[in-house]
Amino acid sequence: MPADIVTLVLCGAGLVFFFAGTAGIIRFPDTLTRLHALTKADNVGLGLLITGLAFQAPDWQSVGKLVLIWAMALIAAGTTAQLVARSALQQQDTSQ
Amino acid sequence: MSAWFLAFATLLLLSLAGALWRIWRGPEPADRMMAAQLVGTGGVGVVLLLAAASDWQMLDVALVLALLAAFAAIAFVKAQSVDGSGDPEEDPVSPAAGTDPTTIQPGRAPDAR
Amino acid sequence: MIDGTASDIAATGFDLVLAAMILGAGLFAVTVRDLFGAVVFFIVYGVFVALAWLRLGALDVALTEAALGAGLTGVLLIGAVARLGRRTGTQGTDALSRRSAFSVRSVSQIATMLVSAAVSVALGWAFLSLSDSDGLRAGVAANLDASGVSNPVTAVLINFRGWDTLLESIVLLAALIGLWSLWRDDDWGRRPGLRQHARADGVLAMFGRLLPPFGLLFGVYMVWVGSSLPGGAFQGGTVLAAVWLLMMMAGLMPPPMVTSARIRAVLIAGPLVFLSVGIIGAFAGGFLGLPPAYAKPLILMIEAALTLSIAATLALLVLGPPGGPAMPSGPGDAP
Repeated sequence: MPADIVTLVLCGAGLVFFFAGTAGIIRFPDTLTRLHALTKADNVGLGLLITGLAFQAPDWQSVGKLVLIWAMALIAAGTTAQLVARSALQQQDTSQ
Repeated sequence: MSAWFLAFATLLLLSLAGALWRIWRGPEPADRMMAAQLVGTGGVGVVLLLAAASDWQMLDVALVLALLAAFAAIAFVKAQSVDGSGDPEEDPVSPAAGTDPTTIQPGRAPDAR
Repeated sequence: MIDGTASDIAATGFDLVLAAMILGAGLFAVTVRDLFGAVVFFIVYGVFVALAWLRLGALDVALTEAALGAGLTGVLLIGAVARLGRRTGTQGTDALSRRSAFSVRSVSQIATMLVSAAVSVALGWAFLSLSDSDGLRAGVAANLDASGVSNPVTAVLINFRGWDTLLESIVLLAALIGLWSLWRDDDWGRRPGLRQHARADGVLAMFGRLLPPFGLLFGVYMVWVGSSLPGGAFQGGTVLAAVWLLMMMAGLMPPPMVTSARIRAVLIAGPLVFLSVGIIGAFAGGFLGLPPAYAKPLILMIEAALTLSIAATLALLVLGPPGGPAMPSGPGDAP
């Protein structure tokens, strides 16, 4: 089935981005670069995963939920990345 | 297909071990917090794959995880602020400044790109 | 599942990895030498345990674990570590490592470990010696039609074993009263929690305005769907509590006055409605027995009242006693 192949390819690609995020959080040298790596790579990975799984969804309700999940994850990631980064910057400022 | 989804879910779960290592290692609290964030996002991904493999009703669990994903991080930045209840985007010197909407610190504008 | 054996192997592999991650997160949470690190491991542990409940087919429990373990409890514990650091004047890390130098502490730690290990072994033995029975599943399924709902978990929680749920909701209330009784006398009349504030045009305040509509919708959906699908008052109430806390943390609204009659009415609404329905039922047949003809509307009424009470109780538990120096004006009086 073509839909299955699209799902597998997109999910596989999503997984690659998740692994990139994990590699970033392990390998990158300081707090801010690590933060940058994982908030971006992870949410692209999740988006690809969701796009792939949408082809398997049994009804439109589930597709709607999938889209809502990604929207929530993006909003949460954008907010926390900004706040945690600024908090980390302030901690650096005060410790110097 | 469900075998594929479960295999993907297993790989995704394994990748979260890297986040566990980072939480253990630190060194900054922010590193630990963001690694937890990674587990949250990865966890949403795993739930989605499990839902595709077995029961689509599980999407609600992913929705709860995504909805509450930011709460721990917000509590964390609050705890890190000067008086424990502020916002890192406020003027760091006087914690009460945030209640005044006109106070904007130069160079710390949140929308500066 | 069409491809039987392949997905069985994949499922076993997934379960083994998940079990390893749960054990790892739990072990790290108790061994890491940094208090904040331990809290983060606990949050991560909550995510993994929610996944485990999903694999066991317990969606209702997974929802609760995701909302409480990975959500609200994390907020509570992070706030607690921060309070601890401010009170002792040190970072949590130093306090922990300094105190663990005392030998009394290490002896008590070893004793705790031994007791925990003994409990684990006893539980494992009890589990393995269980007979292969389906428990009460068949009985619940046979009587599901009379319960008024089609989600067996909700049927057991509110109808068949209403006693347990009623007492649980009262326990939650008792915990809050216990917390209130620990307040300093001169704090009474102040708003609970720290004096929250945030930059009015900042990211946090924007998030606090953006998320609540979705959160409220989802909380209500969770309660409504609970009669036929996984969900219910606890899950919905936890989501609503989180939304309320977010609005307070973003400085958009002040915490409630615990002396106000309105908030106290919300706190007792759930147990009160539950108890009244139970007492009325006592005249009609049996205490907490719901007549099948009215069971569905009664269950929905109880769940709705319980949701509000649980949401308010959890939020006030997380807020905790007033912190910092006494402020003459109420905290967070910004619009």
